[in-house]
Amino acid sequence: MQKITQNQLIEKAASLLSDGTVNAVLGWSRGEFGYDVTPKMFKTEEDLKENFVWNDFCGVNFSKYLVSKTDRFDGKILVFLKPCDTYSFNQLLTEHRFEREKVYAVGIPCEGMVDVIKLKAVTGEGISEIKEDGENLLVTTIYEDAPVKVAFKDVLLERCINCKSKKHVAYDELMGDEGEVIESKRFDEVAKIEAMTPDERFAFWQNELSRCIRCNACRDACPACTCEKCVFDNPQSGVENKAPANSFEEKMFHIIRAYHVAGRCTDCGECSRVCPQNIPLHLLNRKFIKDINEFYGEYQAGAEVGSRAPLVDYTTEDLEPGEVFDRRDIDA
Amino acid sequence: MQVNEHKPLIVAFCCNWCSYAGADLAGNNRLNYPADVKIIRVPCSCRVNPMFVLRAFQRGADGVIICGCHPGDCHYTSGNYYTRRRMAALFSMLDFLGIERERTRLEWVSAAEGAKFAATMNDFVEKVTALGENKRLEDLRCKR
Ligand code: SF4
Ligand code: SF4
Ligand code: FES
Repeated sequence: MQKITQNQLIEKAASLLSDGTVNAVLGWSRGEFGYDVTPKMFKTEEDLKENFVWNDFCGVNFSKYLVSKTDRFDGKILVFLKPCDTYSFNQLLTEHRFEREKVYAVGIPCEGMVDVIKLKAVTGEGISEIKEDGENLLVTTIYEDAPVKVAFKDVLLERCINCKSKKHVAYDELMGDEGEVIESKRFDEVAKIEAMTPDERFAFWQNELSRCIRCNACRDACPACTCEKCVFDNPQSGVENKAPANSFEEKMFHIIRAYHVAGRCTDCGECSRVCPQNIPLHLLNRKFIKDINEFYGEYQAGAEVGSRAPLVDYTTEDLEPGEVFDRRDIDA
Repeated sequence: MQVNEHKPLIVAFCCNWCSYAGADLAGNNRLNYPADVKIIRVPCSCRVNPMFVLRAFQRGADGVIICGCHPGDCHYTSGNYYTRRRMAALFSMLDFLGIERERTRLEWVSAAEGAKFAATMNDFVEKVTALGENKRLEDLRCKR
């Protein structure tokens, strides 16, 4: 249930295209089934009118696309950014991954996005049409005659339930009202796992991670993962692209993936959103964020451009790794 | 009676400028520490990429210890401060995944601390031996 309408965005994009402010629009385009919205570069008004969409399935964070798009495209690109996307946008600027001048960023408000896996759990497979009806979605499938009514708030993405900010931290122009940073409960789940015994923790993660099929979608979608050569593509790494033949690979992959983005992860939630196996990757990222906040002071990656990531920084008074555990035992 | 005591394999990353020399001193003074400790010399403790630690476990290590110069004494001024943050984050994550926290350790041992080196290794090996074989981070393909 988005407050801003698709037509408003199309009008905005068309006018910026026609007055020459931008030469292309990076936007969401209609997929085959209504829920499979796909990123696309729009260059004409006709294309926008025909294919541009803005609905509850526009979870895709465009920030990362700017890295390759600005590199390959001569001209200025209009990009629409939801509040969480703007954090990734800033983080990529901090890391000098694209040129700011090549982008015209329009901040748009977001009411939360739908998790397709959750939706399908209610409606079943074979979704052919999705309509909005107030606070509900009316979902037609090829197996049922009558559409199924699903409450929007019941099928929100995890990252939207625990949204950390409705505030845009970067934009050239803002549509709608500016929101606030939200006091979210996003670390609650991490704390729950921390309170388990090591055996329980191990069993929990074994259960989650063993489902991984190593499609690498989490890496590919992550705006913090922008290395041109990735360790996971290296056949010498021992964790190259292949189905996990043994459990070490999964664990190694997940530790390395989360560690690589530690301190730079904005908690945008793309990794968990794209995982076809519904693995709670955000818990690994948030563990690092929570630790960093506790050990070295509150830090939100992407809140501002140019801030120094905690793991490439230090003070002479930092905790020793052993003290970290001692402290936790005392707390417990 | 059959005694089937598991001999742990310990990997110790030792900074060239301090702990590695500390190990030498321990040897010169004929201080004992278990032969299960395999020392890998690194130019500075901050040379230890977190992936080295994971790789050591993959190749069969039962415990990994990193030794560097005392804070403030790093040959490259600040390397060990970075190590400290990195390893705090890594060890805490391993703990979060349910891997026994006694399997990892970071210690500051100077070139003059031969006795501390030996004592540290003895203590670490003892703790890891008590834990037994590393089952939670093992790679079956790398089994000896
Ligand atoms: S790790 Fe996940 S939440 Fe963090 S920046 Fe990457 S995609 Fe976003
Ligand atoms: S997206 Fe999910 S299944 Fe694919 S590699 Fe990542 S965690 Fe594994
Ligand atoms: S030189 Fe010894 S820790 Fe840096």
